[in-house]
This record gives sequence, C-alpha cells and structure tokens, in this order.
Amino acid sequence: MNRATRRKATNTIFVGLCAFATLIALGALVLILWSLVVNGIGGIDAHIFTMDQPAPGSPGGLRNGIVGSLMMCGMGMLIAVVVGILAGTWLAEYGGQTPYGHAVRFLNDVLLSAPSILVGLFVYELLVKPFHGFSGYAGAVALALLAAPIVTRTTEDMLTLQPNTLREAGMALGAGRGFVIRSIIWKAAGAGLLTGALLGFARISGETAPLLFTSLGNQFFNANLTQPMASLPTTIFQFALSAYDDWRRLAWVGALLIAVAVLAVNTIGRFVARETHRS
Amino acid sequence: MVLPFRREWAMDSATIDNAVAIRPVRSQNPAAETIFRGLCFFAATLLLAALAGVVVSLAIGGWPAFRQFGFGFLTSSEWNPVTEVYGAAGPIVGTIITSILALGFALPLALGISIFLVEFCPHRISRPIAIAVELLAGIPSIVYGMWGLFVLAPWFATHIQMPIMMGTDPNSFWGKLFYGIPNGANIFTASLILAIMILPYMAAVFRELLLTIPAQVREAAYGLGSTSFEVMRQVMLPYVRRGTVGVIMLGLGRALGETMAVTFIIGNAHGFPHSLFDSGSTIASTIANEFAEATSEMHTSALVALGLVLFLLTFAVLATARALLAGQKN
Repeated sequence: MNRATRRKATNTIFVGLCAFATLIALGALVLILWSLVVNGIGGIDAHIFTMDQPAPGSPGGLRNGIVGSLMMCGMGMLIAVVVGILAGTWLAEYGGQTPYGHAVRFLNDVLLSAPSILVGLFVYELLVKPFHGFSGYAGAVALALLAAPIVTRTTEDMLTLQPNTLREAGMALGAGRGFVIRSIIWKAAGAGLLTGALLGFARISGETAPLLFTSLGNQFFNANLTQPMASLPTTIFQFALSAYDDWRRLAWVGALLIAVAVLAVNTIGRFVARETHRS
Repeated sequence: MVLPFRREWAMDSATIDNAVAIRPVRSQNPAAETIFRGLCFFAATLLLAALAGVVVSLAIGGWPAFRQFGFGFLTSSEWNPVTEVYGAAGPIVGTIITSILALGFALPLALGISIFLVEFCPHRISRPIAIAVELLAGIPSIVYGMWGLFVLAPWFATHIQMPIMMGTDPNSFWGKLFYGIPNGANIFTASLILAIMILPYMAAVFRELLLTIPAQVREAAYGLGSTSFEVMRQVMLPYVRRGTVGVIMLGLGRALGETMAVTFIIGNAHGFPHSLFDSGSTIASTIANEFAEATSEMHTSALVALGLVLFLLTFAVLATARALLAGQKN
C-alpha cells in the first residue's frame, strides 16, 4: 500500500470514528427517552394528577409530589430570579471589573458547578438543624441557591450584549444610571433574562439530592411550606428503589413527567435565546 | 397621518415649566439610585456569602469527625456506624475511580462528536445534532439513575458481565479484575452512566474551543495537502491543547459531584472496590444514602466532613479548569 492510500485510509477511519461517537451519543438519548416512554406512558391517567401517593398495592397518583415540586420550585425561582437578576446587573453595570467583581464572578461559577448535594447539606445546617425540622422553605432555599448562579450568569451575559449607545442615549436624556438600567437595558434584554430564568428552572425542577434532607418528602398532601413536603424527584427516588411493582410503575410515570417538563422548558429557553440573537 | 393643528394644544413656555416642575423627576432620584445600586451590590454579596456559607458550615459540621479521627479519616477504609468508627477512604477512592473511568469513556466520545460537528457534518444537520447532544445534559440525574438501574444494569449483567465471568479463570488477573456480583450494579456501570452525563458538557465546550481556531490556520494546513485527520492531529488539537486540559477538568468536576444517578447504580458498599465489576460507593452517594438516617452526632459529622472533602476536590478541579480555559480564550 503506498503512502497516499494509507493516508486516505487513516483519514476515512478517523471520520468514521467521529461519526460513530456522535451516533453513540444520539443513541443514548434515544434509548433513554424510549425506555421512559415505554415504561411511563401506560401509567398516565387522570389518577396521576388527582390522587396522592398510595400505599403499596392500592391505586394512587403523584398529586402530592407534583404540587410540592411546583410550590418549592416556584418559591425557589422567585428568590433566584430576584437575587440573580440584581447580582447579574451589578456584575454587568456596576462593579464587574473591580477585584471584588472578579471574585464574585469566580465564586458564582464555583457555586454554579458545585455538587448539588453539598448545597443541600449547607441548607440543612442553616435552616433545618437550627429550627429542628425539615420544611418546604428549606427545600425552596436549596433550589434557589442552585438556580441563582445560572440566572446571575445569564443576566450578566445578556446585559453585556446591550450596546453602550443605549446607555448613553438614556443618560443624554438626563436619566440616572439606575433608571437607564431598569427602564431601558432590562427591557432591551428582556428575552435574555427570561432565558436565564427558564434555564434555572429546568435545572432545579429535576434536582433530587438537595431535597433529600431539606424538604425530606411527605407521603401525604401538604401545601404548607413550613412542614416537610413531598416532591416529584424524592417520590421517584423512594418508589424506584422499593420492592413493589406498582410503586416502580409510578416512579417511571414520574420520571417521564419530569423529563418531559425539563426538556420542554429547556427547549423553550433555547428558542427564546435564539430569537433574541436573531433580532 | 397628520393631525390638524389646534390652538389649545400649543403650550406656552410657562405651562411647560410647570409641567416639568410638578412632575416628580423619577428618572433622576439620587436616593433611588443609591438604593438600587445598593440592592444590586447586596445580591452579588449574597451569592458570595452563600458559597462562603457552604464552606464554613461544612467545616464546622465536619469538625468533630476530623478532630476524632484526624488524618486517619482520609486513609482508613473502615466505615462502621455501629461502632462509630468512620474512615472515608472507601468513598473517596470510589469517587476518584468512577470519575476517572467516566472521563476515559467520555473524552474520546466528546472529541469525536465535536470534531464531527465542526469539521465533517453537513451544515444543515449539524445544529439539530448539537441540540440533541445538549438535550442529554437536560435530563435530570434521577432519570439517568432509574434508566441505569432498570435498563442498563440488567442488560449489562446478562450480556457483558456473565459472559466475561464465564470465559475467564476466576484466579487469573482478568478473572480478579472482572469479579463481582452479576447484577450490573457496580462501579463500571456507574462510570458508564457518569460518562453519558458529562459527555454533553465536554462536547459543547470543546466544540466552542475548536471554533475559536482562526480559519487561516486550518486552511493553511489543508493548503499544504494534509488530510482532515492530519489537520486535526497536527494543527488543530495542538492549537487548543491548554483548553483541552480545561475540558477534561470540567468533565472531572461534574463527575466528582454527581449524586443521584450514581446512588442508584453503584451498589452502595463501603470500603474499597476490589474489582472493576465490584460494587462501591462515592462521597456523594454515601451522603445521599445515609444522611437522612444518621442518628448519632458523629455519623452526621463524618458525613458532613465527607462533604467538605468533596467540595475541596471539586473546587480544586474546577478552578484549574477555569484557569486553563480562560488562558485559551485570550
């Protein structure tokens, strides 16, 4: 075999391997989604949304988990959006270039990728141990701590994208800096800020580890945030590792619901971001 | 549309002065400025305080265990809640082994995917494929765990583990390496799941790195008659070498702290794993399994101390990743 043929052959194999790697990743995605649908879709009926988690062997649904998840994620997002947007604004508009700003940005990145279970431990030490009880609030704070860094990061990126001429135009009309930020820059970056919130929401709605010892889980329906609260992920965790077939079936349904919700929110977030970039 | 001019719409200068004077100047209120700026600063500081809080609370909570067991906490592998003896070497080693194995699986795949998307893929389908790969990052950890436990593990046990164990002499090196309970819940399958989970992050960052390479550099190499493989190996990869190490560190940081998926599938045994197919535990899976049920102070403290070890590990790895990636982008 001469040299040219060998080089060509090596190259073909290389391209083939790269394509194969891509196929493996796509295959994994398809396999996972497929088994979710196969195992979960049969269990979806009206009971899932109207009944609470059952004792083994009796009919039931996931209502308490769904409601608990929605409440804690909603509360967590509320905190995360307020803190994240303000902090991101500070980084982009005020002190981002100071040494303190660099420190905040770096530590925000660390918090962004810190293991979520450690955030759970922190909130346990902060809110559960001193008040002698697991609570929905503790769960919400843990989730907020996971979403806030994402919102902060996206907010900073989106505000930095806004042209300086916008700020100068506002100030030339006599507006103060904060007023310019609130009524011009935030509005111009609105879709971007929404993306950040959606990505944060997608991240926390599937989180299990930080809820295990903050909201704990609750087998009964509970809409009181000061009490231990069920959530979809912790219910799935409990049911999937149980020995009862009907509990495992419910766990698959829950997993399907969560995956669909998270992927949908993620896709919407991406879509919003793309529309912004285009305009 | 042009409106007809009407006399009463015209304001004389006095009216204008009045209007300006009467309307509160919302846009220029110095007090509001200070408050808003203060709020923004406060929010930024809150994030800083949260991270500091994580470190401090882990250090305080774990202190009794560090004081009791000293350096032995990190080197002993005896973990016994009954006799109140806690040595964390088992979970620490388990964490490092699974993360490095996962990295071994994920890195070639991530390189292959990003190279394929940047260099070879037809432009029209490259975006949908990139989105599909990134969707993998959106699937919650617990879903990976369930899939691993109910789909991957049984398949792995019957189609991979059993044949290998049947085909090797249990006393040979290979037999010992692949020894384990054939239920598919072991450090190898845990690493496989971890690899799928960190793959999209690594592929996304690496693809960005490849896109930062100036087109002239690539085209010059092609112009000399190189094949795609040679361009990649001799020009593009060396160009992003520093960043590649950053990508590896980023994947490692993700893998170290992953909790739920690993908890489902690693088998949750204390102590060192003795083979590739042996069950084990990681720091995160140990905390997830035991924390809510820990009754004694020392047990809780040992788990929190484990958390601190995990934090320091991930912090070191992520800080390195960040420094390397920042260096590449400049």
